[in-house]
Amino acid sequence: MTKSAVELWVGLFVAVGLAALAVLAFKVGNLSAGDIRDGYKVTARFGNIGGLSIKAPVTLAGVRIGRVSDIRIGRDDYSAIVEMTVDNKYDNMPLDTSASILTQGLLGAQYIGLDPGAEEEFLKEGDRIEITQSAIVLEQLIGQLLFGKAEGGD
Amino acid sequence: MNTLRLLGKWTLDNVQRWGRETIFLLHVLAGIPSILGRFYLVIHQVFAVGVLTLVIILVSGLFVGMVLGLQGYNTLVDFGAESSLGLLVALSLTRELGPVLTALLFAGRAGSALTAEIGLMKATEQLAAMEMMAVDPVARVVAPRFIAGFLSVPLLTMLFITVGVWGGHLVGVVLLGVDAGQYWSAMQNGVDFYDDILNGFVKSVVFGFVVTWIAVFEGYDATPTSEGVSRATTRTVVNASLAVLGLDFVLTSLMF
Repeated sequence: MTKSAVELWVGLFVAVGLAALAVLAFKVGNLSAGDIRDGYKVTARFGNIGGLSIKAPVTLAGVRIGRVSDIRIGRDDYSAIVEMTVDNKYDNMPLDTSASILTQGLLGAQYIGLDPGAEEEFLKEGDRIEITQSAIVLEQLIGQLLFGKAEGGD
Repeated sequence: MNTLRLLGKWTLDNVQRWGRETIFLLHVLAGIPSILGRFYLVIHQVFAVGVLTLVIILVSGLFVGMVLGLQGYNTLVDFGAESSLGLLVALSLTRELGPVLTALLFAGRAGSALTAEIGLMKATEQLAAMEMMAVDPVARVVAPRFIAGFLSVPLLTMLFITVGVWGGHLVGVVLLGVDAGQYWSAMQNGVDFYDDILNGFVKSVVFGFVVTWIAVFEGYDATPTSEGVSRATTRTVVNASLAVLGLDFVLTSLMF
């Protein structure tokens, strides 16, 4: 094989290899639209977060606008503090926005749904969302239902 | 008593071997600057080590992806979760199968060839002849091969994963009728570029380094006889495979 053919093949190999990395980044890893690296952080307190996990989506009207970036426990009131990163594009969320933990489908993964309020002021870095609705834990719901049935039967 | 002595000898031999291996690595790394001016040496080795390994990597990647698609579908469909097939295929490939299988195949296809080539150069006294001409054989022969292997493995891994994901798509979507949109969107929602793809990439860089290191060392350290070269080639494949599998566990527990 001549020298130029070898060089051509090697160049092709490197180009295709790098192209594969790019395909993985954009097509598989969804680097273009998925990752919100620069956004503002807001927190919300929940009584129970159910199965919510870090990196779960934060949605507004069903559209993903951010990710859950941290989950911890508040030392004073034993509630869960969920920190979410919202894309800077959506910096016009009213101060009285409410957050609820919802489930995709009946048994799917959990995510946070935001419901915009009517305040004139907007949420900014470090703010806390005051109005929250905890996750519905299916087991508790069934337990309550059965318990209610049993009470009603007496 | 005799067994005890043999055990001691075996241990000492191995420790000495690791020492030789490390000193050799430093020697190779020290030889790298001198060949940067003659980069065509590296290009020729990338051709021998990377381009010629391409076929086996692409074919294996395709079949591994197709098998993952088939097995994943059969399991997931019981739970009505076949929409997660894309996620399963992509995560298995980026995190584990891509880097590990590529490194194993690379050790078998290219690592053994590197060892045999360098070992035969030693057996036919070509390396000694270079030394006679005041050419450092480690810098002239080993260093280009080392760089080529180190560069090729990550590229081959990325190709393996890409082809694998496409193979999963072929079986899952085209053959078994999973919705194409669900296949890709489950993948894109679940696979993180930094956590999954970059960590897989880091793994492949480490594997490329270790496999090539073992291959060139075994060749350079081979007993210069035909039997010695054949033993060295076997040792390359065995040791490199064990190193890859062991390191994979360590890296996984560190990164994920």
